[in-house]
Amino acid sequence: MNIVVLIKQVPGSTEIKVDPKTNTLVRDGVEAIVNPFDTYAVEEAVRLKEAQGGTVTVLTMGPPQAAEALKQALSVGADRAILVSDRAFAGADTLATSFTLAAAIRKTGGADIVIAGKQTLDGDTGQVGPEVAMHLKLPFATYVKKIESADGGKLRVERLVEDGYEVLELPTPCVITVVKEINEPRLPSLRGIMAAKKAEIVTWSAADLGEDAKRFGLSGSPTQVVETYVPERVKTGEMITGTVEQQVDRLVEKLKETGVL
Amino acid sequence: MAARITKKCIGCGVCVDVCPYGALELFEGQAIVSGHCTVCGSCAEVCPANAIEIEGAASEGLGAQDKAAWSGVWVFAEREGDGFAPVVRELLTKGRALGDELGEKVTAVLLGSGVTDWAGELIAAGADDVLVVDHLDLADPLIEPYMRTLVELVVNRKPAIMLAGATTLGRSVMPAVAAVLETGLTADCTALAIDSETRLLRQTRPTFGGNLMATIVCPERRPQMATVRPHVFQAGEPDPGRQGTTTVVEMDKAVFTTATTFMTKHVELAEGERLEDADVIIAGGRGMGKPESLTLLNDLAKLFDGAVGASRPPVDEGWLPYVHQVGQTGKTVGPKLYLACGISGAIQHTAGMATSEIVVAINRDADAPIFELADFGLVGDVNEILPALIERLKKERG
Ligand SMILES: Cc1cc2nc3c(=O)[nH]c(=O)nc-3n(C[C@H](O)[C@H](O)[C@H](O)COP(=O)(O)OP(=O)(O)OC[C@H]3O[C@@H](n4cnc5c(N)ncnc54)[C@H](O)[C@@H]3O)c2cc1C
Ligand SMILES: Nc1ncnc2c1ncn2[C@@H]1O[C@H](COP(=O)(O)O)[C@@H](O)[C@H]1O
Repeated sequence: MNIVVLIKQVPGSTEIKVDPKTNTLVRDGVEAIVNPFDTYAVEEAVRLKEAQGGTVTVLTMGPPQAAEALKQALSVGADRAILVSDRAFAGADTLATSFTLAAAIRKTGGADIVIAGKQTLDGDTGQVGPEVAMHLKLPFATYVKKIESADGGKLRVERLVEDGYEVLELPTPCVITVVKEINEPRLPSLRGIMAAKKAEIVTWSAADLGEDAKRFGLSGSPTQVVETYVPERVKTGEMITGTVEQQVDRLVEKLKETGVL
Repeated sequence: MAARITKKCIGCGVCVDVCPYGALELFEGQAIVSGHCTVCGSCAEVCPANAIEIEGAASEGLGAQDKAAWSGVWVFAEREGDGFAPVVRELLTKGRALGDELGEKVTAVLLGSGVTDWAGELIAAGADDVLVVDHLDLADPLIEPYMRTLVELVVNRKPAIMLAGATTLGRSVMPAVAAVLETGLTADCTALAIDSETRLLRQTRPTFGGNLMATIVCPERRPQMATVRPHVFQAGEPDPGRQGTTTVVEMDKAVFTTATTFMTKHVELAEGERLEDADVIIAGGRGMGKPESLTLLNDLAKLFDGAVGASRPPVDEGWLPYVHQVGQTGKTVGPKLYLACGISGAIQHTAGMATSEIVVAINRDADAPIFELADFGLVGDVNEILPALIERLKKERG
């Protein structure tokens, strides 16, 4: 079973702060992490490989320092790491990103299963997984919380929906995006860390992908960010004090005023 | 492709301060650009020396479309049980306003089996037209048949704008449709407006867990697509007297084929317990102390006709299932009232609830960060305040 896992390096969100003077994100000293949902994707791929054999390839599109994210995936059991990196990819929206990743997946020789995270912390769209599937003309399932079985060219998954979960059976090859509930990612072993340090990271440029370069990056992106701003926090919160009785009275009064009661 | 700094740069650093992505720095008296650049253009706008050029136009690689041929606002009428997801009415009200501003029609798109009769409800909610594809194979919401049906409709009828709820279905089918049509899709929008000059749809969405808002347009490709968070737009009162047309569209059966099988669905939350639809969410965190205390949340939720939410610790402890978790790795909700009980307000939690209309926090630590977000804060013990609140509300209801 050949599995390709899509991972992205993102700023560790707990550290994200907004500079109140300039209204911009402060990125200094923000540690980069592997997008949390992608760690579940890696773990699930490694478990499938351990059960059934095969290889796990981790793939990312990003700046050179994203190699660090790939090394983390190698330290917990991925076999091969590919970094797709080129200035030509800058400014990519989800369409151009998924187009690029799909081209890279094809270049790896394809996969029986492609696993992505539910969404990223920074882009935060959850669109890349489904869009990759469409570029590869593969069926997909989003919000997968469990792989019930994976054999005989079929993948049976449980997929989280608003009020419970659905059970779907997809043919392989296919694409899935996974949620946190699917597993508990392992910690890297010492041997894994050592192996990851030495491992070679394959790097592909735009030219290596053999596609029309205009489909990458900004020129391949239909959307444009025209404005960014920090939302105003106009909350003038009221602290309700007093005895429990007084607090409850005041809260009920306030909730009535605002119309929710 | 990125922002390019030309020789005109005077090293003032204004661009460095304004870059939302931290992609610019000053180096030897000149601004330089790093790989973080998303070519958003903020820097070029503020540069006093006109020294920044934005290379390459967006979407030039995708081919031109005759934009004049595309018109109208479409709303995907997602079904839920025997009716529509609540977001559909919200979108029809908003879509109506956008359509009126453009002077264009609003069309609801209804897919399913045995649903043709439901079209009237969509007209009452604001649609001029309802396009119905009614087929047995559309009974279960499977991606490929839904995607192909929508693509087929769009290609033949050319809407300028297409909106869907940011539900699990909307967030799965819409990216597929957008990728096949090679157009843009903005996820999880919280504001939509028409640019009066360009007539483009301005789509605003929170990123970085709500720390930054981004307004996005799709200038050259059609349709302009967006998924929209439930609860951000107010649904208008339905008008049963509204006139509209219903068009039942026949499709070639090949459109419905798929190798994916829908096996079963397990319902874990009854109707009314779904967090995404709830007007009121009563949420508990680690501060609830023990699983037994959760009955307080349930009781209160019943009194408010609301749903029960949770931060991550109670879910990790197994006190209640993951479908209740709110936050970065859980659900994103935006109810009218979010009551946070024994929740500290870590950013991973608030990322999922910061757009709630009214936030009430109960926490015994007066310095808990959740109070920064709260409209009303009560410092105290949840085990004392919640029972008192429940008593009080019960009395009120008689
Ligand atoms: C990658 C990642 C993803 C995450 N995703 C999520 C997510 O989706 N959702 C989420 O919620 N968290 C998430 N977390 C965890 C998050 O960082 C916090 O740890 C979590 O939200 C804390 O939950 P809490 O507020 O219930 O608990 P705590 O932070 O322990 O806070 C408990 C609060 O209860 C108060 N308290 C205690 N006893 C009482 C009492 N008797 N009466 C009143 N108040 C009391 C305390 O003063 C305290 O403020 C994530 C973390 C990471 C690293
Ligand atoms: N640049 C990227 N490189 C590799 N995988 C990505 C990239 N961007 C997104 N993904 C994958 O797509 C998922 C959804 O991302 P997003 O659509 O940005 O929320 C992520 O969890 C990753 O698995």
